[in-house]
Amino acid sequence: MKAVCYHGKEDIRVDTVPDPTILNPRDAIVKVTATAICGSDLHIYGGYIPTMEKGDVLGHEFMGEVVEVGRDNHKLKVGDRVVVPFTIACGHCYFCKEQMWSLCDNSNPNAWMAEKLYGFSGSGLFGYSHMYGGYPGGQAEFARVPFADVGPLKVPDSLTDEQVLFLSDIFPTGYMAAENCQIKPGDTVAVWGCGPVGQFAIQSAFLLGAERVIAIDRFADRLDLAASGGRATALNYADVDIPEALRDLTGGQGPDACIDAVGLESHGTTLDAWYDRAKASMYLATDRPHALRQAIGCCRKGGTVSIPGVYGGWLDKFPLGAAFAKGLTLKMGQTHMHKYMPLLLDRIERGEIDPSFIITHRVTLDDAPDMYKTFREKADDCLKVVMKPGTHH
Amino acid sequence: MQVLTSSARETIESNGRGDAAQRWATIATATAAIAFGISRRSVPGLCLAAAATPLAYRGVTGEWPRLANGRADDTRAALGGKAGVLVHEAMRVEKPLDEVYAFWRRFENLPQFMTYLETVTDLGNGRSHWVARGPAGALVEWDAEIVNEVVNKVIGWRSLPDSDIVTAGSVNFTPVRNGRSTQVAVRLQYAPPAGRAGSWLATVFGREPNQTIREDLRHVKQILEAGEIPRATAEIV
Repeated sequence: MKAVCYHGKEDIRVDTVPDPTILNPRDAIVKVTATAICGSDLHIYGGYIPTMEKGDVLGHEFMGEVVEVGRDNHKLKVGDRVVVPFTIACGHCYFCKEQMWSLCDNSNPNAWMAEKLYGFSGSGLFGYSHMYGGYPGGQAEFARVPFADVGPLKVPDSLTDEQVLFLSDIFPTGYMAAENCQIKPGDTVAVWGCGPVGQFAIQSAFLLGAERVIAIDRFADRLDLAASGGRATALNYADVDIPEALRDLTGGQGPDACIDAVGLESHGTTLDAWYDRAKASMYLATDRPHALRQAIGCCRKGGTVSIPGVYGGWLDKFPLGAAFAKGLTLKMGQTHMHKYMPLLLDRIERGEIDPSFIITHRVTLDDAPDMYKTFREKADDCLKVVMKPGTHH
Repeated sequence: MQVLTSSARETIESNGRGDAAQRWATIATATAAIAFGISRRSVPGLCLAAAATPLAYRGVTGEWPRLANGRADDTRAALGGKAGVLVHEAMRVEKPLDEVYAFWRRFENLPQFMTYLETVTDLGNGRSHWVARGPAGALVEWDAEIVNEVVNKVIGWRSLPDSDIVTAGSVNFTPVRNGRSTQVAVRLQYAPPAGRAGSWLATVFGREPNQTIREDLRHVKQILEAGEIPRATAEIV
């Protein structure tokens, strides 16, 4: 089959690889009908994610049709149309039972690698390095889905692929980021980063009752989408001083909650951002947390900083003193996908949101190498790339 | 390692005095193993270096290092010392005590989660026969007996004389979270037999011994909780 494979930093190729097969009793094989490039795939593309190997199949946002099921999978049938969560969870360990699905104990065959780095391992992930299991991803014609009797969500035929595809990651991720803000009626939420996760965090904050959402980015097209579709107040950090603007907008109090939807490759125009770039370029630091520092600095006393943006290593100049002095709550982590997918599917079915609003590019698998580059450079107003493996030019 | 039964000790002692050429060969082998082990700058490498150290001692002195102050035929005294290799790991399993205990006590189940084991045969009367296969394909066999068993609490065992390896260990089962979960704690001591130090480590413990036991326990947890051991490829890691 055709698959999008990692060959090194900024080297993505479409290879022909063996079709996946059932390996375990609870598996299923899915024929992929739609798959997307995630902002976190760009961290792989940029060489930020350790334990990637040449030939690894990329992609963790995908959906499709079930074509084969393992002998102990009594939940799925051949022909079912499903969206697959990017986190792999067994459904029976302590963490799954406690609804902390992305922290599943039993789905990462290489847990020891993550344990060496982090002390404990989170769940396995599709197409996201060997440290997270080495599972081949979904930017391919077929994908093997482990524990497929608890992960994949069946979707009704009344909804198109484009309407439900983002249940695989970014919609639940944006939603959990907003839910982590513990929004009360009347609250103001500020969101750093208006990429796909930021857009869903903005929408979700409104769904959860925020009175006002402030969107922060430097790209006009992304800010426009947040303002028009998302009803957010847009701030371009290239033009305005963000801390000052946030104080002005909140009567000097600061936002009730701040969301860092940027993560480890943050871009900024202030002194600390240049310091981060210099250090990271000399391998003295792994992550560039400019947005996170600013979010902590701007958040009101007793507020919450919610972090859906991905971090992988050690942060330099982390303002823990400010977080402590203001009594902040910090919430973060991979999304507990299995918990959010059914309830967000309900919201889509009820017409409360149509997630397809973020799609800017619809292409084939063969276009992946070009699209990774376009998305990374934010060229051509690229916000979200959807690939349809069955299609050709 | 201290579980030197009298016959195992005799074997070691009788092999302990070689001629000069043999002794120099021993020193050279041990030195190479230690140097290679240290040069790996990894935990398995250091384990290899550590494992080869008694070999070097034997090369220099013509004797294996004395592992215990007590009498060599006294297993309890031998177990009490500080030398030898002791491995201990614990894992919590989200299943009730009796289920976890029953799974482990059925020795035929062990190769399911100790992937280096070929077979374990229950011979009755607390005795069992173990066959392990290493990466090189070499078979290592030993007989073991249960020396302590309290149902739903502990299983203790040791290898019997004339085995390829000398080992003793125990696994403890403790209910936690109002009986919803069970903590499984393994303690394992072992001594490589004369002349087989490197091969035994390479055969049975293909990697860091602690890591091997940890992966074994993780497999138990995965089988009991999830019903299968996760894998990204056809092989189990």
